[in-house]
Amino acid sequence: MIKIEKRNDVSPSIYFLTPILAIFLTLFGGGIIFYVLGFNPLEALKFFFITPISDLYGFSELLVKATPLCLIAIGLSFCFKSNNWNIGAEGQLIFGGIVGGGVALLFYGHDGFYVLPIIILSGAIGGMIFAMIPAVLKTYLNTNEILVSLMLVYVAKLLLDYLVVGPWSNPEGFNFPETRQFSESARIPVLFDGLRIHAGIFITLITVFLSWLILYKTYLGFQIKVSGLSLKTAKYAGYKGKTMIIIVFMISGACAGLAGVGEITGPIGQLHRNISPDYGFTAIIVAFLGRLNPVGIIFASLIVALTYLGAETAQIFLQVPKYTGQVFQGMILFFLLGSDYLLFFKIKFLGLKKNEL
Amino acid sequence: MYKNFLRYIISVLFLLGVSGQANADFKVGFVYVGPTGDHGWTYQHDEGRKAVEAAGIKTTYVESVPEGADAERVIRQLAQSGHDLIFTTSFGYMDPTNKVAKDFPNVKFEHATGYKREHSNVSTYSARFYEGRTLLGHMAGKMTKTNVIGYIASFPIPEVIRGINAMTLAAQKVNPDIKTKIVWVFTWYDPGKESEAAQALIDQGADVIMQHTDSTAPVQVAEKAGVWSFGQASDMQRFAPKSILTSIIDDWAPYYVERSIAARDGTWKQQDTWHGLKEGMVAMAPYNSAMGSDLVKEVEQLQKDLASGKAHSFTGPIYDQKGNILVAEGSVADDGMLAGMNVYVKGVEGDIPQ
Repeated sequence: MIKIEKRNDVSPSIYFLTPILAIFLTLFGGGIIFYVLGFNPLEALKFFFITPISDLYGFSELLVKATPLCLIAIGLSFCFKSNNWNIGAEGQLIFGGIVGGGVALLFYGHDGFYVLPIIILSGAIGGMIFAMIPAVLKTYLNTNEILVSLMLVYVAKLLLDYLVVGPWSNPEGFNFPETRQFSESARIPVLFDGLRIHAGIFITLITVFLSWLILYKTYLGFQIKVSGLSLKTAKYAGYKGKTMIIIVFMISGACAGLAGVGEITGPIGQLHRNISPDYGFTAIIVAFLGRLNPVGIIFASLIVALTYLGAETAQIFLQVPKYTGQVFQGMILFFLLGSDYLLFFKIKFLGLKKNEL
Repeated sequence: MYKNFLRYIISVLFLLGVSGQANADFKVGFVYVGPTGDHGWTYQHDEGRKAVEAAGIKTTYVESVPEGADAERVIRQLAQSGHDLIFTTSFGYMDPTNKVAKDFPNVKFEHATGYKREHSNVSTYSARFYEGRTLLGHMAGKMTKTNVIGYIASFPIPEVIRGINAMTLAAQKVNPDIKTKIVWVFTWYDPGKESEAAQALIDQGADVIMQHTDSTAPVQVAEKAGVWSFGQASDMQRFAPKSILTSIIDDWAPYYVERSIAARDGTWKQQDTWHGLKEGMVAMAPYNSAMGSDLVKEVEQLQKDLASGKAHSFTGPIYDQKGNILVAEGSVADDGMLAGMNVYVKGVEGDIPQ
């Protein structure tokens, strides 16, 4: 007879230690997988987790990859903390990229310090507006925000497809599905010559700080957390639920939009069909791995970014399939959820009692 | 004795030195846009890589590299980790390839299907797939009963438009009544979309289907519907044994081997390669005997003529949809016109999406 009981007191330190435990279990599980595949596990793990960041270029790439993940996950944490399930960050990212990219094309050939801030701002607003659609539908028509936000991802993708194939395609580009390269004034400056790390990282850090401020030092943050813990309590306390839902979606969408515009004005430099390798979905893992905590999310985004880079180097040096990276991401999430379960519930093994026989 | 021994040692060291310099560390890297198991575009590039490996040269590949911000890092990593020649096998790698090439002047780069060679260590290469389309057109024109040929197209770029036109011209030559119907799917690989497009074309009366996309879905739909079809990029015969008349095969192997050896031996030079049936970069899978031995013979002859230059896919007179002359009688389209082709010829239905 096995009985599962809820634990009443969970120590906060263990709550934040379990993600680290999950990472170690992933390393262990990954080592076993590499061993079964016929590689020396330690060497394989070295190629996976150390080689990618063993030089300055690699470290810069890690930050380039982690920046959008961190931004989106920070935004998502507002939604998830308040029990709003925004699954469509990918769509908000793409829509932010579309609006920002459109403005960048509008300013094609313009110089001036004002160009880039306008582009970035319009990208954030684009993402924000796109995220308001599921929020408004949820608050006023009682629709399910998971479905609406997810389906809007496809709307954004198809819109981007249409624009880069048709009206916005590069007039000198032989009809290839991409826009012109943006002017220099529309590009986020890189921080060091020869590296791709760009000023977008400051936007990310400022966003992280502001999120921390809002979540932990303001009345709004308090409302968000209370609503997340218990909707009934929030209603009883007289919080305006509808406004809050719309606000968290706006924050989340703005962050995803910033990530999108950061990608196109940063490392990509134009609009085409593949501006995001599903950052918006991966960021969901990042948000939970970081415990929806701003600082936690910074570390989580670095670790998940590393699994991407590691999958590439492991492929180059060991010729293991690319999908090992996804296996690692899956394992991290699996172990995290597994340890969470054991954290919040305890399993009791009871002897069989006489009257049950 | 002592002298001989010394001579021996020196010659061994010399040999080791030479071979070490030229062979032992020489590595070729490949960047793929899809998985090696796509049975189309990437699969054929990987077959080419295997041929390089069989020629005794070490190779590395990275598959499913998105054409966004990640491509530059992957290409750079290959350059950094001691690869001497790098093939980037999708159009979307054009700018990243040139960017990395600038920072690694000693590494050679080969970009497939692009047009930018901004540095002296970047070559481009592509295949004259349209020559294969001419053969397909000839067969389609002969085999169709409804006089409607269905064409699943990916993106309205010159390469795809060229294929549509080459096929239509060849089909008109043997059957003036044919019409080419096109569905644009705006993807290179999406089995779902491709099979929907194939079904839509069949519903509109097409009894011959061909595709400029990479999955095997359209030929499978054609097999089920009992219409004729053609495979793309690799021999797709086993996916639709009754329906497939032949497949256009992209055979990159000879080019990859040649360029790898040239780079290893120091004779590699920048160039823009556009090879076709003649050089074998475009090849045809075995012809389906269901089309009758006479037609097979005709097509085999046409294939020989295209390869030898006796026939050309774009021989005038060629008219656009409005009836304006594109290529005058007695002349053939030059490569410049082919490379930038952006109008349909007469007989193609609809407009090019803009």
